Amino acid sequence: MSLSYPLQVVNLLAALLLLISFAMLSQRRVVGLITLFAWQGAALAASTAIIAWSTGQHHLYYSAALTLILKVIAMPWFFYRIVRQLDVNREVESMLNIPTTMLIGIVLVIFSFNLALPISQMAGTVMRSTLGIAMACVLLAFLMMITRRKAITQVIGFLAMENGLFFAATSATYGMPLVVELGVALDVLVGVFVLGIFFFQIRESFESLDLKHMEKLREK
Amino acid sequence: MEIYWVLGIPLAGGIFLALWGNRGHAPEINALFSLATLLAAAALAARIVAEGPLLVGQGWFFIDSFNVFLVALTALVAFTTALFSRPYMRIEKEHGKLTDARLRLYHSSYQVFIGMMLLALTTNNMGILWVSMEGATLATVLLVSLYRTPASLEAAWKYFILCGVGIALALFGTILLYFAAEKVLGSGGTALLWTQLNGVKAQLEPTVLQLAFVFLLVGYGTKVGLVPLHSWLPDAHAEGPTPVSAVLSGLLLNVALYAVMRSKVLVDGALGTDMAGNLMMGFGLLSVVVAAFLIKRQTDVKRMFAYSSIEHMGLITFAFGMGGAVASFAGLLHMTMHSLTKSAIFFAVGHATQKAGTQLMDDIRGLIQTNPTLGWGLMLGTIAILGVPPFGVFASEFLIITTAMHAHPWATPFLLIALGVAFASIFGKVQPMVFGETELPKLPYQPALTPVFLHLGLVLMLGLFIPPYLATWYRQAAALLGG
Repeated sequence: MSLSYPLQVVNLLAALLLLISFAMLSQRRVVGLITLFAWQGAALAASTAIIAWSTGQHHLYYSAALTLILKVIAMPWFFYRIVRQLDVNREVESMLNIPTTMLIGIVLVIFSFNLALPISQMAGTVMRSTLGIAMACVLLAFLMMITRRKAITQVIGFLAMENGLFFAATSATYGMPLVVELGVALDVLVGVFVLGIFFFQIRESFESLDLKHMEKLREK
Repeated sequence: MEIYWVLGIPLAGGIFLALWGNRGHAPEINALFSLATLLAAAALAARIVAEGPLLVGQGWFFIDSFNVFLVALTALVAFTTALFSRPYMRIEKEHGKLTDARLRLYHSSYQVFIGMMLLALTTNNMGILWVSMEGATLATVLLVSLYRTPASLEAAWKYFILCGVGIALALFGTILLYFAAEKVLGSGGTALLWTQLNGVKAQLEPTVLQLAFVFLLVGYGTKVGLVPLHSWLPDAHAEGPTPVSAVLSGLLLNVALYAVMRSKVLVDGALGTDMAGNLMMGFGLLSVVVAAFLIKRQTDVKRMFAYSSIEHMGLITFAFGMGGAVASFAGLLHMTMHSLTKSAIFFAVGHATQKAGTQLMDDIRGLIQTNPTLGWGLMLGTIAILGVPPFGVFASEFLIITTAMHAHPWATPFLLIALGVAFASIFGKVQPMVFGETELPKLPYQPALTPVFLHLGLVLMLGLFIPPYLATWYRQAAALLGG
């Protein structure tokens, strides 16, 4: 089966998304993580735009533009600023060592391809095969959230998870209805804003963004 | 038309109070906006009772007996909590725990939070439901950390991250739902409208919906506080200001469960099996049992009642999971009873902890001596939530357990043991708090306890006598849930 040219580019970008997810798992520095997050957003925006162009789904142009503005420009800029102001760009302390994390990551990818298989067979979209990749991105971001200790890396993990979900929506159904997508984008924006305030509060009280100080509340 | 008032007033209130700031009378304005919301909600409820389900705004809003009852409950508890928070927050400020800027944030976010919950309840679009649930979380994150103590920051962080991950899973569930719907309804804005989905639910792809429901249940279930996804809940309830604990426990948990129920109706229609109900029963029963045994180990009074909320939400989830007319009726009744009683308890506990300057139960003693009204308020609230007749909680718990005996006898011993353990632990801990010996002087001011007795009065009334129109209303709502 030969694939059309735009579709090949989309598949390439999907592979890139997965690669970036793995790179994020192995990245040790916060600034490097933010750069990778920006690249992931860029790959997502590009693939959404290409899908919009090749299938004539015009509303996807808006989502691509939203992704570009929010996740490639606004949020990375905001995070860079926070990192500079709070001076947290030291090595990221991971709870598991990196090779182990990577191995777990590979298992997750296999699992998500298996999970996505029955669904993607039902999908009527041209890039249904990328659904597995989208799910893998979600799970890898989830893994990053679990294994990292710093508040800011957890948030980047959360946003990377959102990227994966967004990609899943695009590849399974050409995206959600526009009003829902706008709502989700608004929520994410407000969420990041709230977190910005929050980082400063945490920093003020603990003089660090390391979450190991935040383990007082648990069942005795 | 009323629906626009119900949604518009709190959102306008949020903006107004953010601009108004600390110019004085902000707590009164907050209460006024809540009162206006309550009146609008009452008008809406009256219209639904008279005219039946309503689809307005080109199908964007859908109100039937199920959600209008929650709208009315939300508006009522929001209003009484605003009344309670007026003197409570003033004293917190006098104690130097809050500043003007933080009170401004509090009042503004409070209104936005109520508005978001009402939007989640009335919207017809499963996507907007998701958006407003997330909006409600975001509005309360900074409220949980309002005191800026290390513990409150930790609690707020946990709340944000755990509910964030949960809600992300729910988004995936929503995407899957849209994926299934798009095949039948075609793409575009209407494919996520609940009324449309409900019309074609038998044609939706069962395998996809099955997976979607698992994600939706786990996602929204995190917000309901179902075990094992509950760990944010006691922290957020214990560390946030008491009015926030009252609305989180009394309202947000209900709204999250509402989202699960809307999804369940669709999945049941598509699958024709009990898969969704069984999952809910499992999660519900686990929550009841685990929470009951954790209550025993608590030393902080707000944490203890937070675990009691998990227990009761588990019981309601279990009732809805059983399905059928009687169980759904009991679930709805229990939802009402729990919201009213638990917020009343938090009001009383708020005054007690404020007076004692601590939340540790060992250090709170002899409330009946320092202020008899407060002592009796807490005692009666506790007795009510523990399911002692003639309070309404007894009626709903009795219905749930008798239904379980018929339909699922294996579950009854677990429920009874858990309820017994919870009863013994909570009663054993509250009793010395109220009747113990104390050296503290009498309370210098009269606490604002009208909301407490108003709520308890309603619970008592509903325990003795449910007015016929209310019973019809519950029955209609139960029928909508597949009774």
